[in-house]
Amino acid sequence: MDDLKDVILEYVIAEYGDEDDKITYDTPLISGGLVDSFSMVSLKRFLEVKYKIAIPDADASPEAFDSVHKIAELVRRFTA
Amino acid sequence: MSNIGSFDERVRTFDWSIAERELEYTAGSGINIGWYCADRICAKGGAQKLALLWENAQGEEKRFTYDDVRVYSNAVGAFLRRLGVERGDRVCLFMDKVPELYIGAVGVLKIGAIAQPLFSAFGDESLHVRLENAGTSVIVTQRKHASKVRKILDRLPQLRHVVIVDHDGARALKEREVAFRMEAERVETLDLCPTTAESPSLLHYTSGTTGMPKGVQHVHYSLVSQYLTAKWVLDLTEKDIYWCTADPGWVTGTSYGIIAPWSLGVTQVVLDAGFSAEAWYRLIEKYRVTVWYSAPTAIRSLMKAGDELVKQFDLSSLRHLISVGEPLNAEAVVWSERVFGLAFHDSYWQTETGSIVISNYPGLPIKAGSMGKPFPGVTAGLLDVQTFEPITAPGVVGVIALRPDWPAMMRGYWQNEATYQAKFKNGWYMPGDRARLDREGYFWFVGRDDDVINTAGHLVSPFEVESALLEHPAVAESAVVSKPDPINMEVVKAFVALKPGFSPSDELELDIMNFIRKKLSPLAMPQAIEYVASLPKTRSGKIMRRLLHAKEWGEDLGDTSTIEND
Repeated sequence: MDDLKDVILEYVIAEYGDEDDKITYDTPLISGGLVDSFSMVSLKRFLEVKYKIAIPDADASPEAFDSVHKIAELVRRFTA
Repeated sequence: MSNIGSFDERVRTFDWSIAERELEYTAGSGINIGWYCADRICAKGGAQKLALLWENAQGEEKRFTYDDVRVYSNAVGAFLRRLGVERGDRVCLFMDKVPELYIGAVGVLKIGAIAQPLFSAFGDESLHVRLENAGTSVIVTQRKHASKVRKILDRLPQLRHVVIVDHDGARALKEREVAFRMEAERVETLDLCPTTAESPSLLHYTSGTTGMPKGVQHVHYSLVSQYLTAKWVLDLTEKDIYWCTADPGWVTGTSYGIIAPWSLGVTQVVLDAGFSAEAWYRLIEKYRVTVWYSAPTAIRSLMKAGDELVKQFDLSSLRHLISVGEPLNAEAVVWSERVFGLAFHDSYWQTETGSIVISNYPGLPIKAGSMGKPFPGVTAGLLDVQTFEPITAPGVVGVIALRPDWPAMMRGYWQNEATYQAKFKNGWYMPGDRARLDREGYFWFVGRDDDVINTAGHLVSPFEVESALLEHPAVAESAVVSKPDPINMEVVKAFVALKPGFSPSDELELDIMNFIRKKLSPLAMPQAIEYVASLPKTRSGKIMRRLLHAKEWGEDLGDTSTIEND
């Protein structure tokens, strides 16, 4: 379980973070302004490619992507 | 009773001198937007009135009175002068929606320098192109964005200083960097630059179909338009709590997020955070926002969040809603009327026009889905697409045309006279959009007249994205078009032909997306990539972007006789 969160966290830090950001599992990503709605599309694509899943647009809401923890929950729904 | 009163009466009796009188400006005298946005309000007894109620995603809050704006903008101006900034120098403001951006713009204008706001999500290449073109001498930014500046510093010899507004001493400053704390000192006096009506004020960059972004030049006299349109379209009064959701990296955020509200002495709210329907409603409830200027993409996102969420908040303070950036669909107007009890009023303008030119007005019946009518004092019409002769018959589609004689109209493109001149035909300025008129004189948006992509109200140049795509090691050639999107109206789609040795894959698609996102901006990132063996071209070798566009939009392919046969 934690492996999943760690992979997502590592990707988020590498792709969307900067040197001053201290991103954790619960850092607000969308509402916090770290990942905007356009960049969310590339994050969704990453998850789909990495975990060989398809996340319907209806499930890819800003709320569902608002933290690494929430994203991991979303991925688990589609990989279960 | 609204500020505008009878629209028809205003049209009949209109003269821009109405605004000049209210601003106590007489032709030929000095005019400085920075002074109007702070010092004049203080001089008229508004020093202790709140100018800015600011908060960020972390819940940090700040409040600034008009006297705060006055002294801190003085501090910005004095500091820039100490760095050697002179009248006419370009000073880039590259920040999130922090107070330093808003008050910094006022400070830059006070010393007669040209403020060049840029969207803080721009990647290093987008930043480089715009700083190089403008010959920017100072950039004011935050620690979090300084790394993008460092990447391009060696290619910008004219950039003398990089001002960091939140330097905490944890890391050493790098080459050309200098720290500045706006609130460290209240600077009571500053020699105001004696700017006049035609003195340059702002330089906003916008995208076109071909060529690199263009710097749109505005002057201090634009205030006259921005002041009056805010008063009549936004219906702002001194009692209002106003929220403009636009980022000052784009023109709405400066014209109606800095200049208009502050020249009217209005209290405004700024939320420096990403989008969240809940956070937006909470902000309106908390600050008792009365006038709300937003964008169709945001409104559609709120619609998606559902009606039930709206009911959880007390939004009864709202009294007037306005929208800008892209056409406001009729469903959004009907929805806002149902859930807020107020219809969003669509307004139309662009970077070049500097202020609202066509709009819906308080008191004038709204036709849901219509752009509304020309602002009093603005002459707008439609021209035939081929002959550029005026169209008067209702229902006929033509290109929107404006007589370029209102105060905020751009004065040129930065060092690009040919492109500027090409925007005019027979004395009309053409913003690049198509519309039709109905029998009552309402304009109805039809679409862009060029290939520029309007995504969430921001223009993206297909040429700029295609150029950047070619720098990706796997891309041999590309064509970029818009793709319909239910929230953002349009998003970027790229057709890509790969170089030998590269194969299409999902991993490569993601890599290309991220490459563009970081190099240009998240807005410019293709949200879809289609691999093709080759692109459709004319016999002379020009990529036929319109065929790909037609395919995406399910339109007729039109004349394909010039297509190259493989």
